[in-house]
Amino acid sequence: MASVSLEHALILAAILFAIGFAGLLTRRNLIVVLACIEIMLNAAGLAFVAAGARWGQADGQVMFLFVLAMAGAEVAVGLAIAIRFRQSLKGLDVDDADRMRG
Amino acid sequence: MTILFYIAAAVAVLATLLVVTRRNLVHALLYLVVSLFAVAVVFYTLGAPFVAALEVIVYAGAIMMLFVFAVMLLNLQAASPPRVPWTAWVGPAVLVGVLLAEVIYALTIETQPLAGAEVGATAVSEALYGPYVLAVELASMLLLAALVAATHVAARAREDQTAASVERGRAVLHGQGTASEPGVIVEEGDA
Repeated sequence: MASVSLEHALILAAILFAIGFAGLLTRRNLIVVLACIEIMLNAAGLAFVAAGARWGQADGQVMFLFVLAMAGAEVAVGLAIAIRFRQSLKGLDVDDADRMRG
Repeated sequence: MTILFYIAAAVAVLATLLVVTRRNLVHALLYLVVSLFAVAVVFYTLGAPFVAALEVIVYAGAIMMLFVFAVMLLNLQAASPPRVPWTAWVGPAVLVGVLLAEVIYALTIETQPLAGAEVGATAVSEALYGPYVLAVELASMLLLAALVAATHVAARAREDQTAASVERGRAVLHGQGTASEPGVIVEEGDA
């Protein structure tokens, strides 16, 4: 077990975060955008757990639990907004939500 | 354990790529479940079995269940945005690739082995309810706020839908000339 280095776990977290980030920038479906945010949060949690495993401390896993709670809160609000979005804009294209001209 | 880590890492990267590129929404969400399972295996090989179990139960179980229910509620047959052309991937992929290359370069300068000791549920719980107990309370407040906000937003959606269905029922009844039973309308509105 000891031959897995910290860097390899962090590189895995970085790759997952990068994939999620590229999808977040590119995809237009609101549900897929939320899923990409989940991927990125999960990668951040993986980095926490890897750092906790490096020094054999429980703090990394505790931080992952908080990331988990935050992801749950975010996805609940995000999906409620998606339901409203679908009803008022008749679609899920995030480019349609330009009423604020941002 | 080492070979398990690399196999699970490869599965996680592959499944995540498929999540981001699949057009079918349900397929993408199922690949996301596969990716989360693979990350759970990675957690196990890193010596964090408690977090691996939570990853399966909370992420792959509860959160993905929310996603699938939302997809079923949304009736997405006609609502999917048009396909993104592959040229739209060039800019984000190049920028993200540069950042990823920098991080990987910075991480390959030197290697540090992991501690190798398993940190079990007991140690995590002692930390959680010892020094981190205030953060646990704050997390509970966050979840409560999210619950209230999600209920508020989705309940407004349901009121709109109820009003629309009442209007529809009223129009149907008037069109057939049998508008003498308001009880029928109310029942339909409640349902």
